[in-house]
Amino acid sequence: MTKDEHEQSGKSIKIKATDISVAYGDFVLLENASFEVKERDIFIIMGGSGCGKSSLLRCLTGLMPPATGSIEISGVDFTAADPLSRNKIMQKCGILYQGGALFSSMTLAENIALPLEQYSHYSKKMIAELVSLKLALVGLAGFEDFYPSEISGGMKKRAGLARALALDPDILYCDEPSAGLDPISSKLLDDLIMELNQSLGTTFVIVTHELASIFTIGTNSIFLDAETKRIMGKGNPQDLLKNPPNDAVFNFLTRGKDENA
Amino acid sequence: MQFEQTAENNKVTITLRGDYIACNNAPSPAHFIADLKEKNINKVVFSAKELGAWDSSLVVFLFYLAKLGNAADIDINLKTLPKNLERLINLALKVDRKPQSKHLSRLPFLESLGEHTLVIIEASLKSIRFVKGILKSFVRFCKSKAIMRKVDFLFALEDCTYKAVGIVSLVSFMVGLILAFVGAIQLKAFGAQIYVASLVAIGMLRIMGAIMMGIIMAGRTGASYAATIGTMQVNEEIDALKTMGIPISDFLVIPRITSLIIAMPFLTILADIMGILGGAAVGITILGISPQEYWQYTRDALAFNDFFVGLFYSIVYGFIIAACGCYYGINCGRDADSVGIATTRAVVSAIVWMIVATGILTVIFEVLGI
Ligand SMILES: Nc1ncnc2c1ncn2[C@@H]1O[C@H](COP(=O)(O)OP(=O)(O)OP(=O)(O)O)[C@@H](O)[C@H]1O
Ligand SMILES: [Mg+2]
Repeated sequence: MTKDEHEQSGKSIKIKATDISVAYGDFVLLENASFEVKERDIFIIMGGSGCGKSSLLRCLTGLMPPATGSIEISGVDFTAADPLSRNKIMQKCGILYQGGALFSSMTLAENIALPLEQYSHYSKKMIAELVSLKLALVGLAGFEDFYPSEISGGMKKRAGLARALALDPDILYCDEPSAGLDPISSKLLDDLIMELNQSLGTTFVIVTHELASIFTIGTNSIFLDAETKRIMGKGNPQDLLKNPPNDAVFNFLTRGKDENA
Repeated sequence: MQFEQTAENNKVTITLRGDYIACNNAPSPAHFIADLKEKNINKVVFSAKELGAWDSSLVVFLFYLAKLGNAADIDINLKTLPKNLERLINLALKVDRKPQSKHLSRLPFLESLGEHTLVIIEASLKSIRFVKGILKSFVRFCKSKAIMRKVDFLFALEDCTYKAVGIVSLVSFMVGLILAFVGAIQLKAFGAQIYVASLVAIGMLRIMGAIMMGIIMAGRTGASYAATIGTMQVNEEIDALKTMGIPISDFLVIPRITSLIIAMPFLTILADIMGILGGAAVGITILGISPQEYWQYTRDALAFNDFFVGLFYSIVYGFIIAACGCYYGINCGRDADSVGIATTRAVVSAIVWMIVATGILTVIFEVLGI
């Protein structure tokens, strides 16, 4: 699917954040931010270190309530929802944590089977087959009986992705998926994300600094700024590079080179 | 899972119609392929014009069909599937790295016996090396050449001194109380309840104070050492220390061991006092002994050698507890589970070694007549 196809109107809105503020007590990270994530987007959250990207992701995934404002996921108000319906919504969301967050006392197969056993009605055999499929999808076919401590960091990320994919999520959140990976592995992971986005139709929300992946996979983005505590740029990353709205975005996207270009 | 199949010549067409969401009853791909083999069919095409929504349960069926079909030389034409489904299955079929097989073979009895023995010998050597390392570090520490941070030492000291006072006081008071009660039942029969005072004083001073301290501190401080150092192992902090060339026994073990060795005698003195107070509480309120009398008998029973024997035990226990905590922490595995295992082992082995040491020391004191 090309970029232009993504630009087509008529795609439904998956996540809608209205005027949200993110804060730890009095320490405000982000004020009155509003943005929308459309279906099938690969939505990038970028910004300098410590500007609150991970914290925003914690709000979006319900680990922390936003200080103000509301978040709608698939048309349901997520912030106001009771725990039960919130849990329902979260079952349709997969999360890939920065370090994989695999359960170390379980094999990869057991890790991936856990959400399936909890939330689906599949038979044992079907779950085993699904687990193998998910592992095959992320290129880890045959690693079912390995423990997280027996595989490399990049493989852990992929295994984490396989677990996030277990319940066929509508939305997949990834926190710095390519951090700590070599360029080849990180490119492979990007390819995988695009492939899954296009074949499964999953919406991705990705926190990343990696310029290469921002430009190759991102279809939409927001740029957070620690100074002003606001969203300083919005839109397709390549368009942002062509018409940067301000210096902060331009410097970020060009790694501070060509100040006067 | 419902689908139509129409066979003609050596080709079968699978028609996917409608939605395939959370289908639990997919036909077994293996049977399906075997069936095709039997009928001499070597080509499968799909007709998916009316395919609605689908999820992994459909993908899983098609994936195994394609995988087994390839193995059985049956041409599964994925191109006739919708584009995204085809891409997904091709992605899953692509194997970029094969794991080296994990073989968990069982050894015959004799060999496994031998292996266990080797493991035990290796573990014993390791702990001996560990203790040797501690002693060397201790020498460096005395020459103030050990690489450690003073704050670490002070933190450790703080943790095992005044922060432990509450629990130590409470438990030893109760022990003194119990000792007095149990003794009183017997001594009362002879009208000799006044000797409860001596019993409690000697009992607490010579051994009970130290033993109770050992058990409390093993659960409180030894466990925390193992958990802290074990977590450092999980976070690769131990590796970082090793590669910086900082001896772990200097940096992590010595502050903990010295502070516990320093703290234990003081805590034991506190325990002795609280135990005697506990005994007095029973003696005075329940047995009707007057405070002056109780104090008189206690003072007569107090002997310096009992007191020092108790302190000596407590120093040995302090070493054992800290060493076990640090040893199991350092040899912890790399996942969350192993921190739990390390903590358990640290406490259990500290208690076992304390009992062994008590046995040996008691015999030695007996022989020396102390
Ligand atoms: N639990 C917390 N309590 C208080 N402040 C916190 C907490 N977690 C994070 N912060 C602060 O919030 C700020 C943003 O943290 P966050 O982890 O969201 O940044 P980030 O944009 O993800 O950075 P990075 O790119 O380095 O991961 C930091 O300044 C941090 O000190
Ligand atoms: Mg972060």
